[in-house]
Amino acid sequence: MSELADTARPAIARGLKLQWEPAQEAHVLLYPEGMVQLNGSAGAILSRCDGVRTVAQIVADLEQSYGATGLKDDITAFVTLALERRWLELRA
Amino acid sequence: MSVGPPLWLLLELTYRCPLHCVFCYNPTELARTGAELATADWIRVLREARSLGSVQLGLSGGEPLMREDLEALVAEAHALGYYINLITSGVGMTEERIGALKRAGLDHIQLSFQDSTREMNDFLSSTRTFELKAQVAALIRKYDYPMVLNVVLHRLNIDHVGEILEMAERMGAQYVELANTQYYGWAWLNRAQLLPSRAQLTRAEEVTQRFRERVGGRMQVYFVVPDYFETRPKACMNGLGSVFLAIAPDGTALPCHAARMLPGLNLPNVREHDVRAIWYHSAAFNQFRGEAWMKEPCRHCPERSKDHGGCRCQAYLLTGDAANADPVCELSPHHDRVVAAVAEAERLAAARPAPLIFRDHRISIAVEAAHSVAPRPS
Repeated sequence: MSELADTARPAIARGLKLQWEPAQEAHVLLYPEGMVQLNGSAGAILSRCDGVRTVAQIVADLEQSYGATGLKDDITAFVTLALERRWLELRA
Repeated sequence: MSVGPPLWLLLELTYRCPLHCVFCYNPTELARTGAELATADWIRVLREARSLGSVQLGLSGGEPLMREDLEALVAEAHALGYYINLITSGVGMTEERIGALKRAGLDHIQLSFQDSTREMNDFLSSTRTFELKAQVAALIRKYDYPMVLNVVLHRLNIDHVGEILEMAERMGAQYVELANTQYYGWAWLNRAQLLPSRAQLTRAEEVTQRFRERVGGRMQVYFVVPDYFETRPKACMNGLGSVFLAIAPDGTALPCHAARMLPGLNLPNVREHDVRAIWYHSAAFNQFRGEAWMKEPCRHCPERSKDHGGCRCQAYLLTGDAANADPVCELSPHHDRVVAAVAEAERLAAARPAPLIFRDHRISIAVEAAHSVAPRPS
């Protein structure tokens, strides 16, 4: 897969659903006949992938929310992995 | 032991089905079961299970499209936050209904085919449905549902795997499940005619692998090997009472699809108990939880927490005791019965086949009568 651009707008892939499940105390990603329970950081990233925000905006938002810097590489790596797994797709 | 929620809820809305498939896992006693739950009962089950944490919902049967309240049940489930999978033969689906289901919030449709050819599809389901299913596949695409094609494999169609995969590709399926028959219900009756040979299985796996390499990430193909050819059992249901809850058409709560056959399991009914009491407190759902019920060789096996001793129904059908190790495991003292079944299938594959028994309401009554005079085969 080519390198992820800062201006890319990732979104939860069509047919999948992301939601918070109180019983599991986690975000889960739901797809045909299956489910992934997400850890805290994966849930925080995916819940910001709305097809509107760019990767750069998601990074800035997370760094502000968590009072941290230098998150870009980790976030980009996870978004790339999620695209490969077809949890995410890019919107124009 | 901490018990998690029933994350996977399967509602078998009806045993009515226009097809008569020879490999159906529905109970051969289906004619004897009670009246179907009413809409209000199903809605109560949906609410109770969702409050416990159920989130993946399967709507199946029988053929769930036989229920006229399907759209209403989908709408309720969607409002409750379920991811909703409809598991259907496609028979009864129209453009009007598929649009209404979309508006109600249905997330995904799994469409079954019995083969890639009209002749074999129609023969195996004892109907004329191939063209109709192809039309439903087109509707699934038109209405932008993720499409899973499911084809149950066995000796009579496993040699067509290449054509089946090409059919799935033409129809635009994103996922294909090539699920080898599991031998319960009607499939158990027909096991000798359905179990493939090892050579057939190997060829089918090779064809599948070549197809995967050609299509890359465009399609995902799952190939479920028949248990009988394994040397370790599957982690059936991730252990009974762990994540899976099925409700049969008459309201009987089941810890696995086939559990109705297990003797002495006093299965609770949603007409009499709420889902919380059934899941956490009923004897039936606690009987095979954890490891205390296990016998040797499972009891001290280092793999027991991985495979949970395999399938209780298979243990019962093949050894007569549901608490035995699944005889698929080569460590089971009964493993020779699985080996013998495979050898018998190899022999029969080369010989003249016996007639198949098509799933049918009248035959269900006859099968039940036969069971009452003869012990179950083992």
